[in-house]
Amino acid sequence: MSLEKTDIEKIAHLARLAIDEAAIPGYAEDLSGILSLVEEMNAVDTDGVEPLAHPHDADQRLRDDLVTEENQREHLQQNAPQVDAGLFLVPKVIE
Amino acid sequence: MKNRTLSELSQLLRDREVSSVELAEYYLERIGRVGPELNSFISVTGEQALSQAAEADRLIAAGQAGPLTGLPIAHKDIFCTQGVRTSCGSKMLDNFIAPYDATVVEKMQQSGVVMLGKTNMDEYAMGSSNENSHYGPVSNPWNRETVPGGSSGGSAAAVAARLVPAATGTDTGGSIRQPAALCGITGLKPTYGRVSRWGMIAFASSLDQGGPMTQSAEDAAMMLNAMAGFDPKDSTSMEREVPDYTATLNESLEGVRIGLPKEYFSEGLDSGIGKVVEEAIEEYRKMGAEIVEIELPNSGLAVPTYYVLAPAECSSNLSRYDGVRYGYRCEDPKNLEDLYKRSRGEGFGAEVKRRIMIGAYVLSAGYYDAYYLKAQRLRRLISEDFHNAFEKVDVIMGPVTPTTAFRQGEKSDNPVTMYLSDIYTIAVNLAGLPGMSIPAGFSDGMPVGLQLIGNHFDESRLLNLAHRYQQTTDWHRQMPEGVE
Repeated sequence: MSLEKTDIEKIAHLARLAIDEAAIPGYAEDLSGILSLVEEMNAVDTDGVEPLAHPHDADQRLRDDLVTEENQREHLQQNAPQVDAGLFLVPKVIE
Repeated sequence: MKNRTLSELSQLLRDREVSSVELAEYYLERIGRVGPELNSFISVTGEQALSQAAEADRLIAAGQAGPLTGLPIAHKDIFCTQGVRTSCGSKMLDNFIAPYDATVVEKMQQSGVVMLGKTNMDEYAMGSSNENSHYGPVSNPWNRETVPGGSSGGSAAAVAARLVPAATGTDTGGSIRQPAALCGITGLKPTYGRVSRWGMIAFASSLDQGGPMTQSAEDAAMMLNAMAGFDPKDSTSMEREVPDYTATLNESLEGVRIGLPKEYFSEGLDSGIGKVVEEAIEEYRKMGAEIVEIELPNSGLAVPTYYVLAPAECSSNLSRYDGVRYGYRCEDPKNLEDLYKRSRGEGFGAEVKRRIMIGAYVLSAGYYDAYYLKAQRLRRLISEDFHNAFEKVDVIMGPVTPTTAFRQGEKSDNPVTMYLSDIYTIAVNLAGLPGMSIPAGFSDGMPVGLQLIGNHFDESRLLNLAHRYQQTTDWHRQMPEGVE
């Protein structure tokens, strides 16, 4: 699989990553190389094999839907880039 | 003093030959002097360490000390440490002060260890050379021009240079075992679900597992005793009793069946490494083990399978870094989309961006079945290979890496070449098995690791086999020159 410039732009948008124009050819080459490696998977017929999502083939444990955490808003927001009155600030979304 | 293991230092503390404060001061001095040359630490927490050590000395004096009380260690900078920067080797988290402790950190602290600092690593644990760190590459203490391996390269280099007697690491595709092998130390990746992932910054959640990086198997057993156990905060933590891993270290190896996968001894393996591994196997034969040739027919597919599943999970896990709640935020965002894109584009390094994009691609509409489901099907076949092998043998052995430590810059231009340095370690993560690397000799002056792979939750047996080998050999006591 060989990826073009437009493929990289599309994937970068899906992943919300700003990529410098000048770096796109490098990413196209690297990602194409990785996908060629990945395509070695096609050498084996896997028809009828059940996908394995968890190494122990186990379901994830569920817990009761109970409030177990205390509110630590101020403590946790100490790492936030910008807060006001306990709210995370972002650029204006609605004009 | 510097070449002492945790168990030896523990004895010295109990005999009052040395105090915990003296130990902390001794190793902090080494970290301050030799550490910068290797770049093995991102943060040194001297003040906190001395106060933890003073508390440990009080416990020792009061006769309330456990086996780990007062012993200095370092944590890989992927484990959240309350009040201390937890960078994960990334510009994205350069300003992140963890608001809580990871379960591993909390458990180690309860056992009385003293944290000296946080070790360098490949950004978000993505790499096999420690060249992907925002804080710069780490040097291998055996040859400063070579890499220490990755992603737990800082922990491996620090333990190898005896800047700290032991450290924690994490292993998603080989990140404990490969650097342990390249730096000549002992590293254990436990069974998936054995050690809590809570507070351990996520890369690929169905593969990630934390474990000890030490000078000896006995030390690894002591540390695993403290690290392992069920944690309700980690939904994949397994509810299994934790045995005392130190209790079975000396069991006899008479009749133990060791499987050698023929695929691990084929083309691509450096002949110097092959020779060291064969000599180690011969040592096991002398100790009474039975050597059996086995097959892992799908092992050649482990790397391609991993490079679908790990990037897919990484792409999903790293979507949380949005520049809004914590972490790096770009200057003057024009709008919300610009804020997301530039914060992520500027905050992540090249390898992390490559993996996020591969993940986004293989999960995108129209490609999911061909890549992601295909990889999950192969994951079952790879896992069944091991299952079949463990019907015939108790433990599997082989090389950890195809070559010894490579030169800085040698593989950093080509991601695929770098990925292939993990060909012998990755399948173990896909199958969720425990795996270990122990020092087994040298090739051209550089350390070589022997890999031990066990059945699920059979860490005791791996540690037993590793310990018995370390009783009859002294490879694990070798230290690099120039770290006096």
